[in-house]
Amino acid sequence: MTIQLTHFSAAVLFAVFASVVFGITQRNTAREMLRYGLYCFAMFVGGVIVAGWAMWLVRR
Amino acid sequence: MANSTTDKANAVSSPSKTEAVPATMMSVVAPALGWLIPGAGHLIQKRYWRGLLLLLSVSVMFLLGLAMQGRVYKPNGGDILDVLGFIGDVGGGGWYILTRAMDWGQGAISHATADYGTKYLIVAGLLNFIAVADAYHIAIGKKP
Repeated sequence: MTIQLTHFSAAVLFAVFASVVFGITQRNTAREMLRYGLYCFAMFVGGVIVAGWAMWLVRR
Repeated sequence: MANSTTDKANAVSSPSKTEAVPATMMSVVAPALGWLIPGAGHLIQKRYWRGLLLLLSVSVMFLLGLAMQGRVYKPNGGDILDVLGFIGDVGGGGWYILTRAMDWGQGAISHATADYGTKYLIVAGLLNFIAVADAYHIAIGKKP
């Protein structure tokens, strides 16, 4: 089986899995885990979008 | 000079830095099992939701890496980046052993998206290393 993801979908999936692991391993309570996981996800995806726009500006 | 002396004095007097962690059976078994089967270190310590989420995250990431034709690194003493890639892949534990045994994955990146697959494989292994450390911290009572 072969899967070909776009760059963005690969980055979002990467963010989901990494955020789940970071949330579970870096905090102690369920509430803190959820909050930190969501924070990591937002940072990952936000970083991708910011980097994308930065590259667009560099290219112009 | 005076500061370093003070630091040393504090380090000696602080019980948290000098106390040895007692080695229990669980503190050895949980990390080892957690490496072999991602999330299992949490599951045997009755952290079921955490274990299942870790199992799902690491396993799906590793399998997606394989499905994207990512490169599977083999042990070698050559390029430092290959060695680092191998260390990352080994973190996948049982998945890496199964991949090597069944000869899954690619030896070299054959198209652009395969590079994403290679990164997925490495990061899945590195995330599993973090999960293993977390299982150890639970086993020694450092984390609830």
